[in-house]
Amino acid sequence: MAKKSSKDRLSNEVNAGSMADIAFLLLIFFLVTTTIAEDKGVLVRLPPWSDEPADVLKFKERNVYSILVNANNDLLVRGEPKRVEDLKEGIKEFIMNPTKRSDLAESSEDAIVSFKNDRGTKYATYLEVYNEVMAAYNELWDEYANAKYGKDYEFLTKEQRLAVREVIPKKLSEAEPTAFGEE
Amino acid sequence: MSKFEKKRGKSSPAISTASLPDIIFMLLFFFMMVTVMRDSSLKVSVITPSATELTKLEKKSLVNYLFIGKPTAEYQKERGTKPTLQLGDKFADEDDIPLFLENHRQKVDERQRGLITSSLKVDQNTTMGIVGDVKTALRKAGQYKVNYSAKKRAE
Repeated sequence: MAKKSSKDRLSNEVNAGSMADIAFLLLIFFLVTTTIAEDKGVLVRLPPWSDEPADVLKFKERNVYSILVNANNDLLVRGEPKRVEDLKEGIKEFIMNPTKRSDLAESSEDAIVSFKNDRGTKYATYLEVYNEVMAAYNELWDEYANAKYGKDYEFLTKEQRLAVREVIPKKLSEAEPTAFGEE
Repeated sequence: MSKFEKKRGKSSPAISTASLPDIIFMLLFFFMMVTVMRDSSLKVSVITPSATELTKLEKKSLVNYLFIGKPTAEYQKERGTKPTLQLGDKFADEDDIPLFLENHRQKVDERQRGLITSSLKVDQNTTMGIVGDVKTALRKAGQYKVNYSAKKRAE
């Protein structure tokens, strides 16, 4: 008789009612132990380190766009105070020099952006300035790519990108920070 | 008219919960896809600044994280409030960076080692002094690909 009853049980369906609870437990476990993947940022390439002091290179003054940030987070751009908001337009005009002014870059290939901060500069300000420089270059690349290939820089092929970057190379020089204002 | 009355007479059948596990499993898999395991608990408070020119870091296994910020309240007694570097899940200073990078490098496939990115998660109120020191240490250790972690700025 026992055999018969076990046969009966086998034919019964497995109760799936608790399945939802088990899945819920798993779900809650994963919610607690994980974080939403959001890691974005400004990607930069640091220059290699060398123990010897770098050679002093002389550039024509008109080809260098110097940005100094002090410990009070004030900007000094080519000897004049400037707001961060105006930086991008300033850099773009400096690199392309559309009106052929004698105090801006000779050509976009020669333009150098030089950036120097203090040890007391706030990181937020530093990144904001860096971001503006990147934004200026990205916009210039987009404009050039649109004029030449009719699409944005990010949709270009590798060769086309290199061609764009040859005309407008990103030359960003970061000087060793000054130490007037300590943290 | 009778259409409505007919229904009232019937006892309502129980809603089938058979598909509930499937729905929950779907949710579960969704969350497993979009999230990552939390691997280090933060001992420094980090609120990253916002920026516009952002790049997304794709391969999680090729990224190592360096946190810089003020120690959180429970560690301030022993550590003070000066911005500190955190590597993995413990406090560190610049001298520990080469070993930290090497440990991570060992875990990565040899062909992909050139693609390793260091993600700097720096609090926005930190001064550049310590950040500069960390940058110098990274350069000395040969780790040139660096990502300044930032939030998307609403424009």
